[in-house]
Amino acid sequence: MNTPIVTPEMTPSLNAMFRFQWEKAQNCFVLLFPEGMVKLNGGAGEIMQLIDGQTNIQQITAALHAKFPDAGDLSDDVNEFVTTAIEKKWLNHD
Amino acid sequence: MTNQTVTDISAQDSDALVGPPLWLLAELTYDCPLHCPYCSNPTDLSDTKNELTTEQWFKVFSEARDMGAVQLGFSGGEPLLRKDLEELVKHARGLGFYTNLITSGIGLTEKRITKLKEAGLDHIQISFQGADPELNDAIAGRGNAYQQKFNMAKSVKAQGYPMVLNFVLSKQNLEQIEDIMRLSCELEADYVELATAQYYGWAYQNRDHLLPSREQLVEAEAIVNKFRDEQDGKGPHFIFVTPDYFETRPKACMNGWGTTFLTITPDGSALPCHSAKMLPLTFPNVKDKSINDIWQQDFSFEYFRGDDWMPQPCKGCDEKEKDFGGCRCQAFMMTGDMHKTDPVCSKSEDHHLIQQAIDSANNPSKPIVPRVNQKAMKHAKDTELNITRIKI
Repeated sequence: MNTPIVTPEMTPSLNAMFRFQWEKAQNCFVLLFPEGMVKLNGGAGEIMQLIDGQTNIQQITAALHAKFPDAGDLSDDVNEFVTTAIEKKWLNHD
Repeated sequence: MTNQTVTDISAQDSDALVGPPLWLLAELTYDCPLHCPYCSNPTDLSDTKNELTTEQWFKVFSEARDMGAVQLGFSGGEPLLRKDLEELVKHARGLGFYTNLITSGIGLTEKRITKLKEAGLDHIQISFQGADPELNDAIAGRGNAYQQKFNMAKSVKAQGYPMVLNFVLSKQNLEQIEDIMRLSCELEADYVELATAQYYGWAYQNRDHLLPSREQLVEAEAIVNKFRDEQDGKGPHFIFVTPDYFETRPKACMNGWGTTFLTITPDGSALPCHSAKMLPLTFPNVKDKSINDIWQQDFSFEYFRGDDWMPQPCKGCDEKEKDFGGCRCQAFMMTGDMHKTDPVCSKSEDHHLIQQAIDSANNPSKPIVPRVNQKAMKHAKDTELNITRIKI
């Protein structure tokens, strides 16, 4: 499979196979799919909350930067997570 | 920031406190329109009249969800026979469960698929018995079953659900493995379980007619691997599950007793796995106790947790953390002692029983027994009575 190249203009969306929600008992965001669950760490959960099929990578990164001004440049983190998520088919992209 | 992103559902931290029952299996009814001889339901389905009410199920779902249960399977028997299924789905979905319908497809209609979607159902799993109408319907013991399943699988995908297909494999249908995989592609399944039968309930009784030979399995696995290679990352994800009878180490049954899975039977019995009712333990009922009390405190759920209960060779084995001594039901069925090492393990003194079963399957001595449900059993009894009367 080809590794997707994440560009600032790319707009990722959640694969309909998955459901994204906050899971109180796990104290984290999760992706649910038939008979399974993926637990997301804090950063991944923050990014996933911004993925709505309308917002592109640049806007997601900017929104995160606004929320976490002390975290520095987050574009590498966003690119890394989105790449993984597309490879794992959690996300689709245009 | 995005270091460790994935945690497997089976790898939850084992703190001193017992983690939540992440997986709740709701067996809504034992009634079923099909008669598959590989069924893992208990062979004694006589006391199934006291099915839980809608409100009792609501309570079960709420209590389990409060503890952190997240996956909910609606199963049976055939869950579609419950007229309140849509209501149950709606309630469970409202609580935040991921809702899975595990069905034969019999009783499904396009309209009902739509209604279930509106109720919030997340996923539908349909079982098939074979890759063509002849074999499928012969195993299922019902005419037109294949065509119905085929049509409903098409409709499930057309209505946008994730779909899993489940093929229980046995020597009755293993020769069709390639056709089964082609059918799965045609139906656009997302995941496909190619699962060799597990020998519990009816399947244990019919084991000689189901258990394939090692040669058949090796051949089937080679076909599966070749098919996968040619998929080139496209089409369904195939999961091939070989029977543990051909392994030398037991399966990590239920991911460990009372760690992850909770089954509620149609009459409200709470079990650490769907076969556990056969064991000489008294299991609690949700009509008498809360899910929290059952999971955290009940004697039966505590009984095989950890490794204090283990005899040798399990106790001193460095793999005990991996497989937890295997399956308690299998140990009980084959040795008569539920504490013993699962005979699948080559370290078990009972391992020869597995080889005996494999040999015995080459030459079945008893006829195959199709699964019958409560209503069908009644009819069978009626017939017997009639015969007796005629004799008199």
